[in-house]
Amino acid sequence: MSPQEIFDNLKAKFGDAIIESKLDAPQPWIRVAADQTKEISFFLRDEVPFQFDSLMCLSSVDYNDGNLGALYHLFSMTHKHKIVLKSYCSKENPHIQSVSAVWGTANWHEREAYDMMGIIFDEHPDLRRLLCPDDYPGYPLRKDFKVPEFYNGMKVPY
Amino acid sequence: MEELLTSLIGENILAYVVLAALPLLFILPYALVTVWLEMKVSAHMQDRVAYMYTGWHGIAQPIADILKLLQKENTVPTAADRTLYWLAPFLVFIGMYAGFAAIPFSVAYIGSNIDLGVFYIIAVSSLTVIGILMAGWASNNKWSLFGAMRSVAQIVSYEIPIALAVLIAVMITQSLNLQEIAKFQEGGIQNWVLFGGPLPLTQKLLLLPFTFTAFLILFIAGIAEVNRTPFDLPEAESELVQGYNTEYSGMKFAIFYLAEYANMFLVSAITATLFLGGWNSPFGDFLSGPVWGLVWFISKGMFFIFLQIWIRWTLPRLRVDQLMYTSWKVLTPFLFVCIFAVGLILIL
Amino acid sequence: MSEPRVLPTDYVTKPGEFKTSTGKTLRTDEMIINMGPQHPSTHGVLRLEVVLDGEIVVDVIPHIGYLHRCFEKHAEHMANYQQVIPYVDRMDYLASMNNDWGYALAVERLMKIEVPPRVEYIRVIMAELNRIASHLIAIGTYGIDMGAFTPFLWCFRDRERILDLFEMTCGARLLYNYIWVGGVSHDLPLGFIDKAKDFCSYFRPKIKELNDVLSYNEIFIKRTAHVGVLPKDVAINYACSGPMLRGSGVDWDLRRDDPYGVYDKFEWGVEIGKGEKGTVGDCWDRYMVRVREMEQSLKIIEQALAGIPEGNVQSAIPKRIRPEQGEIYVRTESPRGELGFFIMSDGTASPYRVKARSPAFVNLSVLPEISRGGMLADLVAIVGSVDIVLGEVDR
Repeated sequence: MSPQEIFDNLKAKFGDAIIESKLDAPQPWIRVAADQTKEISFFLRDEVPFQFDSLMCLSSVDYNDGNLGALYHLFSMTHKHKIVLKSYCSKENPHIQSVSAVWGTANWHEREAYDMMGIIFDEHPDLRRLLCPDDYPGYPLRKDFKVPEFYNGMKVPY
Repeated sequence: MEELLTSLIGENILAYVVLAALPLLFILPYALVTVWLEMKVSAHMQDRVAYMYTGWHGIAQPIADILKLLQKENTVPTAADRTLYWLAPFLVFIGMYAGFAAIPFSVAYIGSNIDLGVFYIIAVSSLTVIGILMAGWASNNKWSLFGAMRSVAQIVSYEIPIALAVLIAVMITQSLNLQEIAKFQEGGIQNWVLFGGPLPLTQKLLLLPFTFTAFLILFIAGIAEVNRTPFDLPEAESELVQGYNTEYSGMKFAIFYLAEYANMFLVSAITATLFLGGWNSPFGDFLSGPVWGLVWFISKGMFFIFLQIWIRWTLPRLRVDQLMYTSWKVLTPFLFVCIFAVGLILIL
Repeated sequence: MSEPRVLPTDYVTKPGEFKTSTGKTLRTDEMIINMGPQHPSTHGVLRLEVVLDGEIVVDVIPHIGYLHRCFEKHAEHMANYQQVIPYVDRMDYLASMNNDWGYALAVERLMKIEVPPRVEYIRVIMAELNRIASHLIAIGTYGIDMGAFTPFLWCFRDRERILDLFEMTCGARLLYNYIWVGGVSHDLPLGFIDKAKDFCSYFRPKIKELNDVLSYNEIFIKRTAHVGVLPKDVAINYACSGPMLRGSGVDWDLRRDDPYGVYDKFEWGVEIGKGEKGTVGDCWDRYMVRVREMEQSLKIIEQALAGIPEGNVQSAIPKRIRPEQGEIYVRTESPRGELGFFIMSDGTASPYRVKARSPAFVNLSVLPEISRGGMLADLVAIVGSVDIVLGEVDR
């Protein structure tokens, strides 16, 4: 299916949850609402014309304008088409609905996004830090992250 | 030997102490040689050379290793059970060393010429099981405990095939005394129990497949008794660091190490004596005698040691349930059939 | 200044109080054991919290992050895109060429640069040689995990030859910094092609030797067949890739199905697991896929060496890399699976966001699913068959 068809189908089914799109980019993307990612993902994974059964990558981005974003790169092994979903949230209220029930691989990807960027994924079964120590202060990949001076009594920049 | 010593020193405690310490005189140099041999054999099998600088082709390396182990700090984990922790390596060593009392090194020397012989060896080498369990428990380390439990299960299970295989040789030689068994096989290679013993030809030919099977199974079960690959799950490095040995360092570890190598020789010696004629020369009267007997015995023992080293560096290790399966469901039934058949052949 | 953390001094727990780090309470006959960050089996610093019932594994909770080096944050502070390449090398340090190529490809696609054909051929040769080197380590360490110490040394002996080839070309044995955006750093030296051809003819019989001593060994098969079965649908749902996915019977290889480079010019096959010795998708299948892939890589290398064109390898390397604003996700087939780079550029010379989707990270996440119900010894077999490199898992 072409990106335009995917967009039209999604818009028809979910209406306002599909916010915007850029379908002429080299990798076309569709922006969806942060609290409906799970339903949209189930739709995209299970419906026969789409069958996006593989979440290639889930990246988290810090747009410097106070927004955090999660990007879902989807791929279909049966139809061999790709699409990118984007979902934004603000830094003050960083909540996005988790898709770990849809794709098992999202579990660790979302934990990493939480760890690095501070995006809290609602309904995630086990949202703990993954790469940083469990009691680390702050979210390292944010653009306004300052390295803490002391961590557990140890001086950090040396 | 006993008479020789008492005639020299007199019937006092010193003679008996020397008598008891004589196998140690063999074990210590043997351990050094085996450490070197293992190092070199494994290296050449792995397409590399091991130590070349300490002496000619690394021959002084085992001495360097022992010296290093001796000068290490004797650590004891904080929450470890001190008495058991200290006692465990010695128990393992004692259980193994007591077995050497009944091994005939030559026609002139056997530590203790008891009629129970091989039965005594099997019984007393169970002390090592207690020692290993103590080591695992006293280390206060879950991994050591795991290794110890597995090791106990393994050693106890593989005593059955050993006992049954020994029984086959005993049925043919009609004695439990290892010196008698060795004397029974005098006369050359055709008289070895492996080839049926000095019996009439028809009986020998009938016995051949069963003695071969018993010999193989005795060897395999012997490897399992010593915790060598493919049966070294108790010390499986990839999971358990060093199994029950994990928390030991320095002198105590050296004792465990020594006990393992000496145990290897013990099972090799039993196999050699029971099936391969012990100190007998394969040529009958040529090259036989008390001193030559010693040479033959040690060569046969070292041959099995070499086999054990070879197998260790070739095969992967069995999982613990596969190990148990092998012992109880494969080796033991085979041996039951062999015993039945050997019994029938000997009666008829 | 933050207060130093006070460690608990009271280690006595009451029944019902013993919890795993996910908060699940243990029954009284269960035990938590740590296959801690320091492993004798050479997988790197991975901590597996295993809940055991005797020898049966009830649950496995992997803890990673011991090798986290903030690669993505560093990339954002680099002065330009080329300076990220040494960092990318060190992610999956066993398959450095493939990492370089993945990143360089992503930047080239973002900037729409075409590389000359000689560069493509060189990249294919280097990537396939590195694939063989990486699989040799995977196979060797898997043998050691199973207790077979000898194949490990043989694999390393063969790997030395490959590392000699690499040292001839770019001077380094493990971390190459060789494949740059738009080309490669040095052209192939004189004598490389002959030496590489010698290697190919030397290595083929070694694969057979390896099969004889390890792959078809009864004990090895007993340890790995029917162990850690990964069903097809679970594999796709967990986005497993590389030999993990192919071992489960899925015919999917990015070199052929999401093409890049000149792989379409060569004749080679994709190996999948067929369940010969056990179930489809068990450890033996995954292991055998790696062994057979080495053979296929040899085929590719020989054809590439035969057909390599002449040219200047540095003609397409841009003087300044300043892509326009945009983002791209490009994936390549590294020895562990699908290595993806998501690069977002804001028009300046330094990257805005680089995310590396590493195959070992994703493949490791399926570990709890496939190891429940097995024994502790099986867990070692399963972790070995996933073939993780902690540098990649943690970045």
